[in-house]
Amino acid sequence: MTLFLLRRLLQTAQVLFVMSLLVFVGVYAIGNPLDMLVDPQATAADTARVAAALGLDQPLWVQYWRFLGNALQGDLGTSFLHGTPALQLIVQRLPATLELAVSALLIAVLLGIPLGLWAGLRPDSFGGRTIMAGSILGFSLPTFWVGLMLIMVFSVHLGWLPSGGRGPTREFLGLEWSLLAPDGWRHLLLPALNLALFKLALMIRLTQSGTREALLQDYVRFARAKGLPPRRVVGVHVLKNIMIPVVTVAGLEFGTLIAFSVVTESIFAWPGIGKLLLDSIGQLDRPVVVAYLLLIVFIYTLISLVADLIYAALDPRVRLAGGQAA
Amino acid sequence: MTAAAAAFTPAAGGWRALARAYADSPLALAGLALLMVIVAAALAAPWIAPQDPYDLSQLDIMDSRLPPGSASADGSLHYLLGTDGQGRDMLSAILYGLRISVAVGFSATLLALALGMSLGLVAGYAGGRLDAFVMRAVDIQMSFPAILTAMILLALFGQGTDKIVIALVASQWAYYARTTRGAALVEGRREYIEAARLLGLSTPRILFRHLLPNCLPPLIVVAALQVAAAIALEATLSFLGLGLPVTEPSLGLLIANGFQYLYSGRYWMSVFPGVALLLAIVALNLVADRLREILNPRLQSQ
Amino acid sequence: MTPIPPSTAGGTEPLLRVEHLSTRFRSRGGEVTAVDDVGFELAAGEVLGLVGESGCGKSMTGYSLIDLVDPPGYVAGGSVRLHGRELRGLPPKAWRALRGDRIAMIFQDPMLTLNPVLRIDTQMVETVLAHRRVGRAEALARALDALERVGIPAATERLRSYPHQLSGGMRQRVAIAIALLNQPDLIIADEPTTALDVTIQAQILYEMQTLCREAGTGLIWITHDLSVVAGLADRVCVMYAGRIVEQGSTAQVLERPAHPYTRGLLDATPAAALARGHRRGEPLRQIPGSAPPLSALPVGCAFHPRCPRADERCMQTPPRVATAAGQEVLCWHPLPPGASLTAPAADIGARP
Repeated sequence: MTLFLLRRLLQTAQVLFVMSLLVFVGVYAIGNPLDMLVDPQATAADTARVAAALGLDQPLWVQYWRFLGNALQGDLGTSFLHGTPALQLIVQRLPATLELAVSALLIAVLLGIPLGLWAGLRPDSFGGRTIMAGSILGFSLPTFWVGLMLIMVFSVHLGWLPSGGRGPTREFLGLEWSLLAPDGWRHLLLPALNLALFKLALMIRLTQSGTREALLQDYVRFARAKGLPPRRVVGVHVLKNIMIPVVTVAGLEFGTLIAFSVVTESIFAWPGIGKLLLDSIGQLDRPVVVAYLLLIVFIYTLISLVADLIYAALDPRVRLAGGQAA
Repeated sequence: MTAAAAAFTPAAGGWRALARAYADSPLALAGLALLMVIVAAALAAPWIAPQDPYDLSQLDIMDSRLPPGSASADGSLHYLLGTDGQGRDMLSAILYGLRISVAVGFSATLLALALGMSLGLVAGYAGGRLDAFVMRAVDIQMSFPAILTAMILLALFGQGTDKIVIALVASQWAYYARTTRGAALVEGRREYIEAARLLGLSTPRILFRHLLPNCLPPLIVVAALQVAAAIALEATLSFLGLGLPVTEPSLGLLIANGFQYLYSGRYWMSVFPGVALLLAIVALNLVADRLREILNPRLQSQ
Repeated sequence: MTPIPPSTAGGTEPLLRVEHLSTRFRSRGGEVTAVDDVGFELAAGEVLGLVGESGCGKSMTGYSLIDLVDPPGYVAGGSVRLHGRELRGLPPKAWRALRGDRIAMIFQDPMLTLNPVLRIDTQMVETVLAHRRVGRAEALARALDALERVGIPAATERLRSYPHQLSGGMRQRVAIAIALLNQPDLIIADEPTTALDVTIQAQILYEMQTLCREAGTGLIWITHDLSVVAGLADRVCVMYAGRIVEQGSTAQVLERPAHPYTRGLLDATPAAALARGHRRGEPLRQIPGSAPPLSALPVGCAFHPRCPRADERCMQTPPRVATAAGQEVLCWHPLPPGASLTAPAADIGARP
């Protein structure tokens, strides 16, 4: 177990290092930020002074070494535009994105598993077919398009929910939460639903196929032969088996949710890190882009580690490397 | 792979069997018909569109933001789907946009298929270090969502048709590489490959004439799904302003342009391009889903 | 069909009486009959061997007896009586109360029958609690007792194990213990030893026999292996293409088979070959051809295309003939006692 964790952490560090190199070199090509930061009428001396102040006059590898050294101390550079540390800028925006992503994941899991189960138990019924057809639609529809439709129907046409922005928040445990503010959750609902849609379809399909497969297994037949009520056969024997892949995938997909929040945040003007990334790309704010990408990679690897741990905790057959395999 | 699925390879002359199995599903046939109409409309856009939406001399600013069904100020044109903020006929804009979206989607898929297939084939056949290296790259690639890869690349390269195709290829090649490698590993152990090797056939010949045709069924399925994904991804990126430049407005860009008018109730500028995009994606998915049902041996046995 | 009076219990109602049972499947090409007019009886403490090749409908007969036929299959008709009580037509709830309580079933592959993600104690306790109003501690005590009865060492520890931590033989013993938990009247065992090593197979066979004898539990043992039946069963039913083609006491059926199919099966066993003076290296005698698919059964007697004694009459549905007390055969040309199959086709390769 400890061995497994150590190995995984080492892997994470490796990936982070490679990615930091790729991202740094890559992002360097975005364009020359000096053109944006310096007044076009400025003299060459002025330009050089700004470049020196930002460290942009150094060779690329020097910039990278400095960046890496700073990164190890938690300093991912300073935003050219805002003049504040890039990491601080992202961390300020992160709770908004996390709240959005967690809400979306909850919607996907809490709706997707029951719907998938239902469709899996009655695959040929009207309801089952409707759910599966809906899930195909959920897979096909581009997120941004659904977002547009949600705004059109619920904000513009019906006027029930606000079309964008985060609205009021309430502080809890040092963070701002939309969910806790009386009007905040209304702002959260549409973006969260929008972001959840694709994962909802995924959860439905995963649960449905898992259920259908489990129902054919001998252990389900044996459970029925034991005279167990259907509630227990489905609720314990089937569900416990399909929950293993479903929960693992749900965990892994959390990273994708954060990545996809770029789209949803842009449509709903949600002040999270996705919107920050788009703005930063547009304004050539290099340190923020680099910090965002590194953070995403870090979150990704962290999530896959957590998903592995959850998987091991759920499935008795899995013993993490380091213990004895059964 | 089961015998039934293997029968669908072109080598076995199974195209007709494939077509017959496909025709068993009315919904899939409808999807195919829709897809053919969309592709035909996209190809024929310059001839069937009421106006050339990007010839500024044809646009009349007096006609801007007209709702669907309006006639133009000079009475010469009838705007079936309304006009946009510059007086452009939406139907024409959609047809031209569809042309760009379909072209980008298909070319990106074909390039990604060619690249991923070659890498997967070579990796699966050669094995060893090369295989390990390619699959490591595939793993890293696939652990990040396609949209993130594409966004990073577009952030680096800037906008442009060629750039978005590169970004799409870069974010999709891994699917083909993994699928091909898996199939190549299975097929590579079969006797007929061994026989070809013993006959002294050259490696490229074994790869492309003997191994490849037998890896095709899963690749067809993945490619069919990925065209839809590529079109949707391109639209998303263009919507975010990262994809195609304003001079080549794909459906995604049209939707983005109409987005600001949505709040004032002028729905047609973003909804109609959205519907066109949706129809294209749904048609492709219906076709892909049916192909998967036919060609996937695991589903077949159920 | 006239049911054969049980050899021991005279005119009283037997433990289980099955009559005209038939199970069908709806499929694209119409209906397929998997179990066709099956009838037999079983007394308490008796072991019935249900023998046939794979696909002959023997497992489906077992499922039909406890209403576990999955759609598109369904039990189309017939009667299943337990202690004289008709079970066909019972509502699902009543069936559920019977299953695992009065009638238990054990499946073929012990690797698959236990739920991999639940501990043994969970899977045992739930079986008790589904049928008895007892507390968890009491249910656990019964589970422990059942495990000990089937000869599982360190039963307390095993209770806390997951299935993958046990060997195949151990898992099948657990499945048997689960079947025994509520002291059922009848156990249906669907090839429970086929997937196990021969030595473990013999042990389990012996233990099952003893346990059922002691408790007076009726046992239906479904198998493709005549040698298993020889050592275990009191009575034997031979199934072919969904029908019981011959039944009788084990001694009758194995020593004086009347149906050419039974004869063929017996000739194909190594023991029979040895008795014939079979030499090493010679192939065993086999029934020519293979069992027909249920969707395309030959008309009349389904065995006639493979039968050396077949003639035009066999194109008609064969009659049920009693050849001896308690022995019944479904055949136009039953074999006289002691006869062997004298057909050139069956002997190909058997002659030097």
